[in-house]
Amino acid sequence: MSEILIKNGHVFDVVTGIKGDKADIAIKDGKIVDKVSSKAKTIDASGKTVMAGALDIHAHVAGPKVNLGRWFRPEDKMIRGEMRGGIVKETTRMEQGFSIPSVFRTGYSYARMGYGFAMEAAMPPLYARHVHEEIKDTPIVDEAALPVFGNNWFVFEYLKEHNIEKTAAYISWLLKVTKGYGIKVVNPGGTEAWGWGLNCLGINDEVPFFDITPGEITKGLIEANEYLGLPHSVHIHPNMLGDPGNAPTTIDTMKLAEGYKAKNKFGREQLLHMTHLQFHSYGGTGWGDFCSNAKEIMDYVNKHPEITFDTGNVTLDETTTMTADGPFEHHLSALNHLKWCNVDVELETGSGVVPFIYSPNVFPCAVQWAVGLELALLAKDPMRTMITTDHPNAGPFTRYPRVFKWLMCKKTRDEQMAAFKHSGKVADATILNEIDRELTLYEISQMTRAGPAKALGLANMMGGLAPGMNADVAIYNLNPAKMPTDPEEIEKAFSLSAYFLKNGEIVCQDGQIVHSGTKKTFWVDAKAPESKQVNRDVREKFLRYYTVTQANYEVPDSYAPNPFVIEANANV
Amino acid sequence: MSKVVTDVTCPFCGTLCDDLEITVSDDGKEIIDCQNACAIGSEKFLHVSKEGRVTRPRKRQPDGSYKEISYDEAIEYTAQMLAKAKKTLWYGWASTSCEAMAIGHKVAEKAGTIVDNCATVCHGSSLLAIQDVGVPSCTLGEVKNRADRIVFWGCNPAHAHPRHMSRYSIFPRGFFTTKGHKGRKIICVDCRYTDTAKCADEFIQVEQGYDYELLDAFRTVARGEPIPDVVGGVPKEKIISAVNTLKEGRFGVIFFGMGLTHTLGRNHNIDIAINLTRDLNDYTKFSIIAMRGHWNVTGSGQVLSWQYGFPYCVDLTRRTHARYNPGETSSVDLLRRKEVDACICIASDIGAHFPIEATRHMAQIPSVCIDPHINLTTEISDVHIPVALVGVEVEGCAYRMDNVPIACRKVVEPPEGMLTDEELLEKVYDRLCGIMGDA
Repeated sequence: MSEILIKNGHVFDVVTGIKGDKADIAIKDGKIVDKVSSKAKTIDASGKTVMAGALDIHAHVAGPKVNLGRWFRPEDKMIRGEMRGGIVKETTRMEQGFSIPSVFRTGYSYARMGYGFAMEAAMPPLYARHVHEEIKDTPIVDEAALPVFGNNWFVFEYLKEHNIEKTAAYISWLLKVTKGYGIKVVNPGGTEAWGWGLNCLGINDEVPFFDITPGEITKGLIEANEYLGLPHSVHIHPNMLGDPGNAPTTIDTMKLAEGYKAKNKFGREQLLHMTHLQFHSYGGTGWGDFCSNAKEIMDYVNKHPEITFDTGNVTLDETTTMTADGPFEHHLSALNHLKWCNVDVELETGSGVVPFIYSPNVFPCAVQWAVGLELALLAKDPMRTMITTDHPNAGPFTRYPRVFKWLMCKKTRDEQMAAFKHSGKVADATILNEIDRELTLYEISQMTRAGPAKALGLANMMGGLAPGMNADVAIYNLNPAKMPTDPEEIEKAFSLSAYFLKNGEIVCQDGQIVHSGTKKTFWVDAKAPESKQVNRDVREKFLRYYTVTQANYEVPDSYAPNPFVIEANANV
Repeated sequence: MSKVVTDVTCPFCGTLCDDLEITVSDDGKEIIDCQNACAIGSEKFLHVSKEGRVTRPRKRQPDGSYKEISYDEAIEYTAQMLAKAKKTLWYGWASTSCEAMAIGHKVAEKAGTIVDNCATVCHGSSLLAIQDVGVPSCTLGEVKNRADRIVFWGCNPAHAHPRHMSRYSIFPRGFFTTKGHKGRKIICVDCRYTDTAKCADEFIQVEQGYDYELLDAFRTVARGEPIPDVVGGVPKEKIISAVNTLKEGRFGVIFFGMGLTHTLGRNHNIDIAINLTRDLNDYTKFSIIAMRGHWNVTGSGQVLSWQYGFPYCVDLTRRTHARYNPGETSSVDLLRRKEVDACICIASDIGAHFPIEATRHMAQIPSVCIDPHINLTTEISDVHIPVALVGVEVEGCAYRMDNVPIACRKVVEPPEGMLTDEELLEKVYDRLCGIMGDA
């Protein structure tokens, strides 16, 4: 493979500690190296910003509900002229869709923005083959998927008797057969309750029949996660998503991680990743007195290093919500009266899909917009703070550059705040106006590169520009020495990178895709002591309750033709 | 000696039973026995070893007879046809693997064809309805483990999905359904007294073409409003009693088939059935599931959706982006209006399923049929390219009617020298790139 030297760029990188100084980045054989020979191809990055490839810690980009969202919303392909026909096919494949882009558009869009890794946030194990088929078809961007465990009957039965070894043995088996990356929890217990049209609205709300609470499920899974020594922590979407006054439940959930220690060999420090925290930081008792509780939430997060979070920023777009939180989507469809999809999945989970318009004219939507920004701006530790839109729930991931702009520029926030129909009421219900902070490029690099890499246990290979790390490098048309006076230029620069190199290959140049890359599927082989009882339970559940046989449940190797397998060892 | 291959998935219907056991000869070439499958599924496996199978491409001669040609000649014909045609219809896909579809779409995108699947004459109206109103649904295991109310509306699984009732809907004992059949109330709505109706606790005979009105009456009663004395030939009391039965259940499911999708009202029948399901969720838990026919028609919709965002009727002729407009970009309409000047039928049968005017146009334009079997379409195509049978001689992914993907297995070797769909399509792609250039 050829050598590349990126010269004279302003580098922002936590791993090497460079904060905007000019530095050269050398690349050989897909890795960052100390130096390259004189034959290396040179990229002149003078006057440009250089960062490691970004990582998206939470996005719904592949799998059954994503695809349901795609096909049941033909209108999503026709929302904007640019999305319909304006994008001239520039690579070998067509690009389709706005809020739920096709697999091709997903891969290309991430690459254009300088993203090299995306975590599919919720994989129903029974549908793991579907998730991997889509991941396989998505170009360039490396991907992994988190199987959901928070409503799984095996987990309920083992944790009811607080048996961590059995829970861990089951998780180890399931990660292997689904080629999964870690433990995702969505509305613990609530989605199972939804099997009967019910829900769990707090960590002590009992799950019907199974005699266990969301709190017990979450605590048990944290213990199992650390027992297994997985690269990522438990990744949780707590109960009561989207409800006014849900902040106390969110804090209750975070408290569940107190008293434990992270045990892993991957450099991960957190015990619980709180995902799309924006949806869980609300005060009020209804939509009338709906308000931000971001301050209360961040007071807790700032004091507790065992917590990481991603924002879930509302981008004020028409989008498509989709989650394994089945009861929430039913609730949402009752609010907005749009079309509602639901898919309950035997023994494991459920999901729902509902289109949603985050209108600047609607008071709660504007408050949600402010809450997401407040969270990132109140965060004291950018390394534990990650920027997402819970794609596509709060907005499509292609809007990340717009979120960066808002976070980096108070003026644009003020303008947006003033433009809301109910701006006065929104200002009263939020504290965004009082926050002057503007994030720096270095902080953006922490929140989108080193932070997520560390939280995912990938810090040794991604999110930084130190020799030996993967040569995922993004170069943006942004001169830190002379930042543009027009904030729109910030959004534009992050939207279309000058260059994006994936594993040392130029895949995007001047915002155009020039190479389809060599994407990899990441999964975790969690080695744990085998449990004969668990093996027997698995066999029995397949014989009696599943509708596929155990042999047909496994994801065959052909579904992940370019795997990158991370080995974890249980702390026995 | 013989050996048994277990956990085999049946490539016949959307039920996608995956517990078949196939006995094959020691040399792996012949299928001797098939266990657990229904009569149709068994035949699917057993017939491959029978005599008379076409194993090489054939080209129709001016006198109407067929002459064997090589795969290379067939590939050349197909690629040239694709390159020359202004607008090619590429229909079928429902009986091949998702892997083959992905490659086929690459070819279609390159050539700029229409890509449409069997939903266009089957559950396309269901897809349209779901695009209008969504769909509350669940996997078939949820039905098995939870459901105590089952409605079969305009479908006849006893014949079309023979193991559906025993595996998922009527008879199985599941986690919360330990009494099996005895714990479930089965309602069958049909215009005929079918074999499925014989298994039902209640049979409601709807007058043909009155499904929409009857579903509307169900909704009205569910909401506590008055209805006329008779709706669609069904007495008011019977409707009220049925709705009460549904509301009193803990978990209900409506299964529907062609009796709703292709009778008067079409997509609106599905629309209102879905809305009935939505309404019932105000009282208990309810889901609705389409009885998808071909074993992998669902898979075709899935692959098209993740690649282009539309489940069928995908028009790639613009080459820059995909279009979708059923009625305009749907196979039957395109053929009837003579808007296409070439046609490929893959893994399905236009001749057997399309109206005669549409089929006639297909026979008059350059055409290729890619199918393991001789069928009505192969006999009116210019070239028939036989391929190895997916799910029997080739492995690959398929999607069940509830969208659950299941890997199909290879149990025997295909006849020597036969190409698979995937191999064939890759070769067509390479040749097409040769003709059209790489760009």
